[in-house]
Amino acid sequence: MAHAEGQQHAHAQGQQHPIGIYLKIWGLLFVLSALSYSVDYFHFQGYLRWFLIIVFMLLKAGLIVAVFMHMMWERLALMYAILVPTLLLMVLLGIGALEADYTFLTRSVFFVKGLF
Amino acid sequence: MQATSTNTVEPLALPEGVQGIVADWSSDQRAFKKVPWGKAMMWIFLLSDTFIFSAFLISYMTVRMSTTDPWPNPSEVFALTLFGKHIPLILIAIMTFVLISSSGTMAMAVKFGYEKNKKITFILLLITAALGATFVGMQAFEWSKLIAEGVRPWGNPMGAAQFGSSFFMITGFHGTHVSIGVIFLIIVATKVIRGDLDHQRPGFLTGRKGNYEIVEIMGLYWHFVDLVWVFIFAFFYLW
Repeated sequence: MAHAEGQQHAHAQGQQHPIGIYLKIWGLLFVLSALSYSVDYFHFQGYLRWFLIIVFMLLKAGLIVAVFMHMMWERLALMYAILVPTLLLMVLLGIGALEADYTFLTRSVFFVKGLF
Repeated sequence: MQATSTNTVEPLALPEGVQGIVADWSSDQRAFKKVPWGKAMMWIFLLSDTFIFSAFLISYMTVRMSTTDPWPNPSEVFALTLFGKHIPLILIAIMTFVLISSSGTMAMAVKFGYEKNKKITFILLLITAALGATFVGMQAFEWSKLIAEGVRPWGNPMGAAQFGSSFFMITGFHGTHVSIGVIFLIIVATKVIRGDLDHQRPGFLTGRKGNYEIVEIMGLYWHFVDLVWVFIFAFFYLW
């Protein structure tokens, strides 16, 4: 009974927001894409390049998840259930980087390249 | 206090914030409130897909960091000569704008779906599908171009052999997701224009009544495909 009521409630809810917010975010995503493309076009190099790439990437990803996928209007329980587990990937990233550095070292020694 | 009020819709006020998490998860019923279960399931599927794509991107990082051969410069590999002008990475930039546009039309399709505006929802879904198909077409062009230039999963003339395997694996898997999305967009668009969702007709694989939530669930998948492309664009093409 309570469940059916909840179901009805969920149906009635739906994510409804004014169209303006979608158009604004759409425009913003265009601008951010153009900016990240210009990082390559104007040949930024080194740490500045990597920094800009990651900043624009995270801004775009955040806007898509928060507004287009309606995450900012969901309850915290769903938000955490989906977003927190992705932090585990940082561990995999760290392990991958350590392993890659070690492989590069042994290869460099073996091929007598790069190191000597 | 509030619980004693004769509120017919919500018997108890739901707590917000961290208390809300504890209350929702420990309530011995549906944990994800105010969300149809189909949407919660789509989110959980997308979380698993996130791990798949992350595994690909992290293994790409590992092979790129560990190779002693120079990595081919993506800016040059994906350059095109348009109207007599040599433009770096232009094809990928166009593909990015196409996919972002399709995300915008999808977001609006969800909105008009909940307003039960059949015609506009149908048109927006078809535009989304067409943009998705355009993206896949451009990707097919990109693959053919690279294959013609001698890029293979086991080697290429430009540098490190791992470039080809990473490229075909990551963009291939993403392109498959886009293609599946296009097919489902057409299915959902058909359901919308036939009035299946207005009349709550069940789909052919389920006895559940159809409603406009499936447009939003379709939208979640489609935006996720766009989201993955944001990361591929940053790490594979720009890095």
